[in-house]
Amino acid sequence: MRVEIRDIRKYFGSVKANDGITLTLEEGHIYGVLGENGAGKSTLMKILSGYQPPDSGEILLNGQPHTFDSPLSALKNGVGMLYQDPHDIPPFSIVDNFLLGRDKRLRLNYRAAESELKELSSKYGFALDIQAHVDSLSLGERQQLELVRLLAGGAEVLILDEPTTGISAEQKDVLFNSMRKLAREEGKILLLVSHKLEEVQELCDHAFILRRGKYVGEMEIPCPNEKLVEMMFGQVPPRSERPTFELGDPMLELRDVNISTYRLSVKNLNLSVRAGEIFGLAGLEGSGQRLLIQACAGLVRPESGQIILDGQDITSWSYHKTRAVNVAYVAAGRLEEGLVASLSLTEHVVLAQRETDFFVDWAASGQDAQSRIEHYQIVGRPDSTAEELSGGNQQRLLFGLLWNKLKLILLEHPTRGLDVRSTNYIWNLLYQRRQDGTAIIFISPDLDEIIERSDRIAVFSGGVMSRIVDAKTTSVKEIGHMIGGQL
Amino acid sequence: MRIRTWIVRIWPLVPILAALLFTIGLLVLFGADPVEVFQAMWQGAFGTQDKTLSVVAFTIPLLLSSLGLLLTFTAGLWNIGIEGQIVMGAVAASWVALFMDATSPVLIAVEVILAMLAGALWAGVAGILKTRGGVHEIFGGLALNSLAIIFTNYLISGPWQPPEGGSFFGTVPFREISQLSRFADSRFAPFSLLVAMVALVMVFVALRGTTWGLKLKALGQNPRSAFLLGVSSERETILAMMFCGALAGLAGAVRVLSWYDNLKQNISGGIGYLALLVVMLAAYRTLWVPLIAFFFSAVLNGAITLQLRTQLHSSLGGILTGVMVLFVLLFGSSKALGIGKSSEDEALEPDTSEIES
Ligand SMILES: Nc1ncnc2c1ncn2[C@@H]1O[C@H](COP(=O)(O)OP(=O)(O)OP(=O)(O)O)[C@@H](O)[C@H]1O
Ligand SMILES: [Mg+2]
Repeated sequence: MRVEIRDIRKYFGSVKANDGITLTLEEGHIYGVLGENGAGKSTLMKILSGYQPPDSGEILLNGQPHTFDSPLSALKNGVGMLYQDPHDIPPFSIVDNFLLGRDKRLRLNYRAAESELKELSSKYGFALDIQAHVDSLSLGERQQLELVRLLAGGAEVLILDEPTTGISAEQKDVLFNSMRKLAREEGKILLLVSHKLEEVQELCDHAFILRRGKYVGEMEIPCPNEKLVEMMFGQVPPRSERPTFELGDPMLELRDVNISTYRLSVKNLNLSVRAGEIFGLAGLEGSGQRLLIQACAGLVRPESGQIILDGQDITSWSYHKTRAVNVAYVAAGRLEEGLVASLSLTEHVVLAQRETDFFVDWAASGQDAQSRIEHYQIVGRPDSTAEELSGGNQQRLLFGLLWNKLKLILLEHPTRGLDVRSTNYIWNLLYQRRQDGTAIIFISPDLDEIIERSDRIAVFSGGVMSRIVDAKTTSVKEIGHMIGGQL
Repeated sequence: MRIRTWIVRIWPLVPILAALLFTIGLLVLFGADPVEVFQAMWQGAFGTQDKTLSVVAFTIPLLLSSLGLLLTFTAGLWNIGIEGQIVMGAVAASWVALFMDATSPVLIAVEVILAMLAGALWAGVAGILKTRGGVHEIFGGLALNSLAIIFTNYLISGPWQPPEGGSFFGTVPFREISQLSRFADSRFAPFSLLVAMVALVMVFVALRGTTWGLKLKALGQNPRSAFLLGVSSERETILAMMFCGALAGLAGAVRVLSWYDNLKQNISGGIGYLALLVVMLAAYRTLWVPLIAFFFSAVLNGAITLQLRTQLHSSLGGILTGVMVLFVLLFGSSKALGIGKSSEDEALEPDTSEIES
């Protein structure tokens, strides 16, 4: 199959999300699609996969023009997409989900579906438990399921929009291996949208670069990262230096904290984080680091032990109560946990305020929203809804809603989906908060980020917290070993 | 694209039109003359001053209940229990009307306040069952509806039974001073209209201009995010239910104090369920609610006289409103048709602010 995208335009009001983009895709290649947040990558991919129509322009498959009026019709023509946010319907079993929208007959053919599912997933090295329910799956497993569904639907062109945010390193390896296999052995076309240049270098053989809705160029991969960055941003953004900071008194202390849930229990957490300190937590997803953060936020109740914030015992406080004493929590899921898709930026600002008035002063709140838009460089207007923002801009909005003068900020995947420049920008804002004596604890799947941004690091493996290491003296290799269980 | 935005604006009318066409088809199928039928219905609704006033009088409790439901729907709650809340409001008002001695204004004030309290408490129970007991508000509401109806029947056939053994169907008529004064011998009490208008403004302001309304909206769209943004779901759920219950209780009071003059079996006459339909048809837009409530009232009242003039049964009105709602559900929200108020459509509207992308 050969895909030609010709002069695609898509405007949202005055925002030119795609402004005349032309690309050609050849069989058997893995293409990277690069560009800063809001460059128009997701928009273009959604047009190609039939999720939304372009305002103008054409898509040619093997020289024939096609218009897709839905993702299903695109899939019938061989184009499938894995969305930036997982789109499947939770309360079904995997087989149901797989059958959904495929089997046209009245009686569903479970037996055939099961064996097809098994065959496809083993072929690509996915270990899916067929009887499981979708909502018990991790993000990575949902992705694998979705991929299998698309492949069974006859996808020749597979689009993956930021597939590696939020999945584990192993799942990423499995995914990348399957992608290589699909392209090299089966001649499919793969498109990878990503902000992680290392991934693009590792996997792709060609990259397209978009900027502000326009095509700005393409490169054979591998090539120097600087080249790509320069094309993405128009200049090479300066590397931010991590300012040194004199740490204050202990802000947060955990004493013999035990947390247990039906899935996992974490024992004997002892930890002291000082004012102005940045503490990184590494580990595979589901190893206990999230429980630590959620216990501090008041979202899960420790079984025993004490959590002391700035001299005050906050063990077993509710989320709203800890929030009121200036603890902030930013969850990993943006539109699921944090933002309300259909509410505007202004409405978010009003809701998230420290103190709310009975009547809303919309004019003043709109101005407040506008100033946050400027401060956090959000591409959007006060009346844009959260779902209209690009993924990276949703992330910035989450930061824009944080209060001033916080004591403790708890972050899950703080720079998920952010481009290089925004990542630096957000971290600089976080560094500035140390002036207020704010302690920061964050989880990240990105070991480089953890080592670069933290003062100290702890690693979780199977519910056990490691010794604490100094970020200045450790290495990715050491942390990697610890993640593997050599605590 | 202009046409699209236009369709979105008048969206609530689309299922109405579809239902009208469908009903016309049905009439033709049964050999009735649609023109004659609709004329008869028009006559039945607006033929005389008295009939028009009846339409208005019937609209008011329907409107009050619908306004309450706007709050609960916004918070993502299916307050089916509204029917029972209306009944309890009617019971509370009846109790005052039957047994309290005071001047007329005092009586009416106490009736209104107690009716609102009773409705609010009945709704609060459904709310607490949901937040504390994990009972879905639909099931809790249905159970509370039955209880309210059983309670009324018990009162009517027991302690509040008319002394002469009289009719089994209701209490004695209330004293004149405890009823709302009506306009020109009709069933329409101007005071109730005033109250409904105040309620309309309050609900509109609550949803558009208060932090509380915004919290309900967030809660209805995404409870998890709303919680993380600081919204207390328990508090707001119960509050939304209680406010809705208060308006429903008020509707119940209007029913016993002006539409009827005593407490009867089936005092609500299904107004609560009808109100659910009104709000669905209005697609949750506050300002459409009075229009649609009025329209429903006209159709239902018009259909009553239909039977006298044509051979058709008066249930035609019910069929018409029922079919309308089926069409609403069939079309889903306007979004399902792809012409909804999606972000894209909004963005298509001319926009002057220039932003950097
Ligand atoms: N439904 C929509 N309504 C209004 N504006 C939109 C809509 N979808 C996207 N946009 C705007 O179009 C622009 C491009 O968005 P898009 O999601 O394609 O960016 P992206 O390149 O995928 O960014 P990211 O890396 O942050 O995911 C953004 O400015 C965004 O705000
Ligand atoms: Mg995107």
